[in-house]
Amino acid sequence: MASIPLTTLSKTTVTRTTSRRTVSTLLASLATLGVFSLAACGGSETSENTQPASTDSPTDANDPCASAKGSLTVYSGRSEKLVADLYTQFTSDTGIALEVRYGDSGELAGQILTEGNATPADVFFSQDAGALGAVSEAGLFAELEDAVLNRVAAKYRSESNTWVGTSGRARVIVFNPTLVSTPPTSIDDLVDPEWSGKIGFAPTNASWQSFVTALRVLRGEDAARQWLEAFAANNPVAYEKNGAVRDAVNSGEVSLGLVNHYYLYEKIASEGSANVIAQNQFLPGDIGGLVNVAGLGALKNSDNSAGSQCLASYLVSNSAQRYFVEKSFEYPLVDGIAPFDGLPTLVELDPPNIDLSDLKSIAETQELLNDVGLLSL
Amino acid sequence: MTSIRIKRPPIALVLPGLLAALTSIAPLAYLIDIASDRGLNFVWAEIWQQRTFQLVGRSLVLAGSVSMASVFISVPAAWLVTRGDIPFRSWWRVLLALPLAIPSYLAAFAWISWRPSMAGFTGAFVVLTLVSYPYVFLPVCAALSRLNPAIEEIAVIHGRGRSLQLILLAARQVRGAIATGALLVALYVLSDFGAVATMRYDAFTWVIYSSYRSGFNPSRAAILAIVLVLIAFVLLFGEKILRGQNESLLSARSVDANPQHRVSIKPVAIAFLTTIIGFALAFPIWRVVTWVYRYGSEDSMSDIATALWHSVFFSGLAALATILLALPIGILAGRYPSRSTSLLEQSTYVTHALPGIVIAISMVFIGVRLLQPIYLQTPLLVIAYVALFLPVAVGSIRAAAEQIPDSLDEISRSLGLRQMAIVRRVTVPLLAPGLLSAGALVLLAGMKELPATMLLRPTGSETLATRLWTYTSVSDYAGAGPYALAIIVFVSIPTAIASRRL
Repeated sequence: MASIPLTTLSKTTVTRTTSRRTVSTLLASLATLGVFSLAACGGSETSENTQPASTDSPTDANDPCASAKGSLTVYSGRSEKLVADLYTQFTSDTGIALEVRYGDSGELAGQILTEGNATPADVFFSQDAGALGAVSEAGLFAELEDAVLNRVAAKYRSESNTWVGTSGRARVIVFNPTLVSTPPTSIDDLVDPEWSGKIGFAPTNASWQSFVTALRVLRGEDAARQWLEAFAANNPVAYEKNGAVRDAVNSGEVSLGLVNHYYLYEKIASEGSANVIAQNQFLPGDIGGLVNVAGLGALKNSDNSAGSQCLASYLVSNSAQRYFVEKSFEYPLVDGIAPFDGLPTLVELDPPNIDLSDLKSIAETQELLNDVGLLSL
Repeated sequence: MTSIRIKRPPIALVLPGLLAALTSIAPLAYLIDIASDRGLNFVWAEIWQQRTFQLVGRSLVLAGSVSMASVFISVPAAWLVTRGDIPFRSWWRVLLALPLAIPSYLAAFAWISWRPSMAGFTGAFVVLTLVSYPYVFLPVCAALSRLNPAIEEIAVIHGRGRSLQLILLAARQVRGAIATGALLVALYVLSDFGAVATMRYDAFTWVIYSSYRSGFNPSRAAILAIVLVLIAFVLLFGEKILRGQNESLLSARSVDANPQHRVSIKPVAIAFLTTIIGFALAFPIWRVVTWVYRYGSEDSMSDIATALWHSVFFSGLAALATILLALPIGILAGRYPSRSTSLLEQSTYVTHALPGIVIAISMVFIGVRLLQPIYLQTPLLVIAYVALFLPVAVGSIRAAAEQIPDSLDEISRSLGLRQMAIVRRVTVPLLAPGLLSAGALVLLAGMKELPATMLLRPTGSETLATRLWTYTSVSDYAGAGPYALAIIVFVSIPTAIASRRL
């Protein structure tokens, strides 16, 4: 716990510096897109040399892209706005054409589960580990190659080797410093009457529900119910979306908000640091600081498994990892790539240990949320 | 109807009618399959919860109040634009129908982003009334313009010339159209997701949607969807009672020369119509134009044009297919009323209460197993649209069909025409305006439709609606603006056609 004040302090400064630099960072990252070259598949990883730490970069011998060709159908739960450029670059680097079906990760997972083995999808790129876990549990994923899996820490990929995380997002408490001088550092502080009516959250948001799922999985059903009942008794204010929670905190409508870390940086990027007073309180070592990932799995019945493995390796390559950091402020999951502009590293955040596949039990979470009256607004 | 002679319907109508009904109830097969997967006890345990009853109650309250509000708005408005002597009445008629062009999620987003305090029942009630009252307005207009003027003339002669009295008189005469419209509104409300989700009103569809979307729990959603189907049955039964026996008060052709009654208090009437249009049409357009003006466009014109083309293409095919399939059912129900033909007609309504997402998932289930060659191809999307919009088309075709006097059939028969020849040479030509409006209604509904389009569109073919949803789901006004504007503008065209031709 000794690290918490330090992190809080550094975060406060981080936010300020971040704000000023965001726009130029964004511009720079967009500029690099033009010369975006992909290493893992072109075998030129070493020549890119920005990140000396990537010692385990694939060699030609086990390069999944060496023999890959043809085309792939990708079910993409990640939005077109975020990943379309990356897909285009993949195609021009590897010659593998992508047919991309964009949609909500949950809907696409539902579609794959309903399609079963007849699914036309070769790859499912999900916004959320729970959706990957659900497809994996149904036995519809093939195992990924070690060259892909080993790029990412075991914590952020499937225990059954069926999916790999591509970027991470941390749950944080976003707070309004004019209303709160010392924000809580644990979700267990949130049930204190001091915060009654002052906490914003998005009850239908998938990330919030993933956090509650983690609470159930790690603390057990009874303890999770206990926390939720106490939280509900503290009159939290419900919003439709995480963005609305963040805006409510920034405008002082509520003091604290339970959101993902990057919402703040998105607002700063679009509105400028002068208009954003809200700050992030990271929750190192606390269950509230869950780090969930976006990731992908390759469908078992695909007729282009070499292509699927190639796309997987592409998304955990250094260049793709930097792309996610710069474009969405998410956490890179590969060693040697630094998180967005001064954010505490994943190691510093020390998120709870959980098999992220377990985040699939969202149905049970929703029932529990129904029971304690937190799902309906 | 003077003679209660039962006419045997021609087999050439019955077979395609059965096919259409089958398309429309196919999604039920999936629901039953998946619900029975887990056993009856599981089904019962899912349904028999206090929460289920609360959900039923909340959804019914919303459906009932929106239907009533729609009737109260639509009947006087329809009378004013068809029988009143207000200026520019055909223009009013088009304007009053245009809110059909506004998707519920867009209207809800426009309102709640302006006044967040509207969240909850108030917001859902206001938005759903404003987007769905045309479902009552249009059929009532259609019926009124074919109403035999004799009764009104008698009423006026007997000194009952005040507008309100005439409206009430007209309402009694076209109560079939009112009941049909109110039923469509109620079913629309029960199945709507966009408005209740945006307004955060805890209705049935929301729970069903989240069971699919973030619950990976298709069986729970299917079971809850079955409850919605049962509610739809109850509503259908209620509509039948309300519609009552259909009296032959309607003349065969549209009575363009129908009498215009002097409206007693014209400024009040004009203010009434202006208020409706202001809230239902001008307000969302103003919001969208503001977004476009302030944020410009993120996407290129060619992106927008491509999305528009996909919307028009898919919905246009759906309109053609739906008319072809709705025609036999509409004629059977309107011209050959019997227990079996009304069963046929009503089977098309059953799935109308199902949220689009449930129909869509059902079609995924059926498509990937039985129709693999067209899975995620245009034809399957068109079939899904047919299942979704058949009742809209059947309703307006039946309404038109039952207004054709029996005497025409009898005369044709006496002249030696066979039954199918009567259908072909007498009934269908008289139905032409009804067919056109049915096609336009399907076209506009298809262009607004979201969940089935999301799940079944050919991979890579984005439509206006899928683009708009992508942007609004992340509250991206800048991205959403141009697509919202394009939807409103281009869906307005079929809407205007539907309203003018009725």
